[in-house]
Amino acid sequence: MKKAMSLILALSMAVASLTGCGSAASGTAETESAAAGTTFKIGGIGPVTGGAAVYGLAVKNGAQIAIDEINAAGGVNGAQLEFNFQDDEHDAEKSVNAYNTLKDWNMQALMGTVTSTPCIAVAEETNKDQVFQLTPSGSSVPCVQYDNAFRICFSDPNQGLKSAQYIGENGLATKVAIIFDSSDVYSSGIKDKFVEEAPNQGIEVVAQEAFTADSKTDFTVQLQKAKDAGAELVFLPIYYSEAALILAQANTTGFTPQFFGCDGLDGILTVENFDTALAENVMLLTPFAADAQDDLTKKFVETYNKNFGETPNQFAADAYDAIYAIKAALEEAKATPDMSAQDLCPVLETAMTKINMDGLTGEGMTWTADGEVNKAPKAVKIVKGAYTAMD
Amino acid sequence: MSFISYLINGISLGSIYALIALGYTMVYGIAKMLNFAHGDIIMIGGYTIFVVMNTLGMPPILGVLVAVVVCTILGVTIEKIAYKPLRQASPLAVLITAIGVSYLLQNVALLIFGANTKLFTSVVSIPAISLADGQINLSGETTVTIVVSVVIMVGLMLFIRKSKTGQAMLAVSEDKGAAELMGINVNATIAVTFAIGSALAAIAGALLCSAYPTLTPYTGAMPGIKAFVAAVFGGIGSIPGAFIGGILLGVIENLSKAYISSQMADAIVFAVLIVVLLVKPTGILGKKISEKV
Repeated sequence: MKKAMSLILALSMAVASLTGCGSAASGTAETESAAAGTTFKIGGIGPVTGGAAVYGLAVKNGAQIAIDEINAAGGVNGAQLEFNFQDDEHDAEKSVNAYNTLKDWNMQALMGTVTSTPCIAVAEETNKDQVFQLTPSGSSVPCVQYDNAFRICFSDPNQGLKSAQYIGENGLATKVAIIFDSSDVYSSGIKDKFVEEAPNQGIEVVAQEAFTADSKTDFTVQLQKAKDAGAELVFLPIYYSEAALILAQANTTGFTPQFFGCDGLDGILTVENFDTALAENVMLLTPFAADAQDDLTKKFVETYNKNFGETPNQFAADAYDAIYAIKAALEEAKATPDMSAQDLCPVLETAMTKINMDGLTGEGMTWTADGEVNKAPKAVKIVKGAYTAMD
Repeated sequence: MSFISYLINGISLGSIYALIALGYTMVYGIAKMLNFAHGDIIMIGGYTIFVVMNTLGMPPILGVLVAVVVCTILGVTIEKIAYKPLRQASPLAVLITAIGVSYLLQNVALLIFGANTKLFTSVVSIPAISLADGQINLSGETTVTIVVSVVIMVGLMLFIRKSKTGQAMLAVSEDKGAAELMGINVNATIAVTFAIGSALAAIAGALLCSAYPTLTPYTGAMPGIKAFVAAVFGGIGSIPGAFIGGILLGVIENLSKAYISSQMADAIVFAVLIVVLLVKPTGILGKKISEKV
């Protein structure tokens, strides 16, 4: 409900800004960006204050590490990268303002925005101005509805698809029950796609149990029905606060299936006073595990820890990959720093569909023309209160 | 066997509704106003216990006692500041004020504790009862909630019938003006009603958060509304009615989730409510009010 409302608000705001000052703004961008110098100017937008600040800060920091590495290694096509990150407080209107600020700075490509609702609003603007946009973490479908927008993370429905594939390919279970929030687009979007894909993976969905925002305290019936249906695995495409309750109630009723969730479960271990023993063996589909042992992850985690004093999360990794994807696309397109954002946009669009890169969040990542990423899903398992990578 | 399990889970959910509904119905029955902030006083009770138990590291029983004191003071204060000046105003004005108080409490909690979910440690340490080889589980929280609800229901009925304050409450509920003429302090009686109602909210908060252990500033809102429905269902103003209404609501909700559709459960609950009110407009145990001319 809240998501739907904010979506409507975001769209109406985007439309309002289109009709309002559209023509004047795009005019200045074209004339000024011709005077670009010898560096590539990459803009970033995300919430670094307010309730969603944890995501925006992670993206800002993760991207900065990538920028520093690339510049230290000689830049892109012989030119250095300049990075300018603006705050949007997870607000669609402020996000469009941040975008206009970056346009005045002669940004040539945008890495952002971090959260879905502002991202949809900004995508309207970048499409109108023809500025290349790559969001690290905007997972809602309309974030990349235009040709000029791409993303690093999976879309919401794709998480359902990839979850079903992961469960099927790794033979985790054949009988699966789903408990989902029918009043939330994120949750029901993932669930619908999962149910659609399940038969292809030899998975039998034995129970589909819903709850709504108005009745999300008692899950005993949903759990009992899953148990009676013989579910070996319970799929939870929901956020962590409800999942914490489900785990606690499953524990008291003595029901111990494998639990499997998506990126909404990321954060369950940080709920204040949560007994992490309840989450033991819970699996979640998230593209990044900070304790993975490959060299790229180890180096990234070490640098992040040294520079920012904490362990990076999935969002930081998405941003790191986003900057490297922009670098790869610039190289593929043989772009030069004197090109304007409008000149760069079509060549980067083509280049994105041709590149193939190994990043923190996946190996051999490729992109389709509709902006979606192709990469193998990764899952982590909670072992002794910490995320552990699975193969 | 699963039917019995669904039934027990329904009773367990219903006993929480019943406990909250007792506070609602008591205030309505005597002060003749709907205290929509009741659910949020429950939430404040939950946070109080959380702070006492987890931040200060005190035992659960002390947490519940502190919560009862805090909620009682809060309830009386709210009554004094927000409701008492409106004693002569239209019931609609009081209702809107109550909704305002409800939002005020939610936002104050949001400011102090933030929006992040907190996990509540159960105040109940009774082990679960396992029947029929573990097929049926009755958690300690459920047992305690049912017992506490019954005890409070009986206690309230005795208090109102036998004690002097209780008699004064009955008199105020029947006719404020006449009660005042008979020498009853109406304002003091209503204040006592709010004190008792809020103390019950603290206990309901302890048991609600023990059974469903996530604590957010909106924890009390939805159970509060469901309990209000339960109170209307059983006949608002009637104390045993609130208990029966709460249990029935929980059982209907869980059985329709189990046998009809988990998506339709709320719709079914409210459809049943409409049917009951069409047949018996004052609720199951509601008194028939005949206006004297």
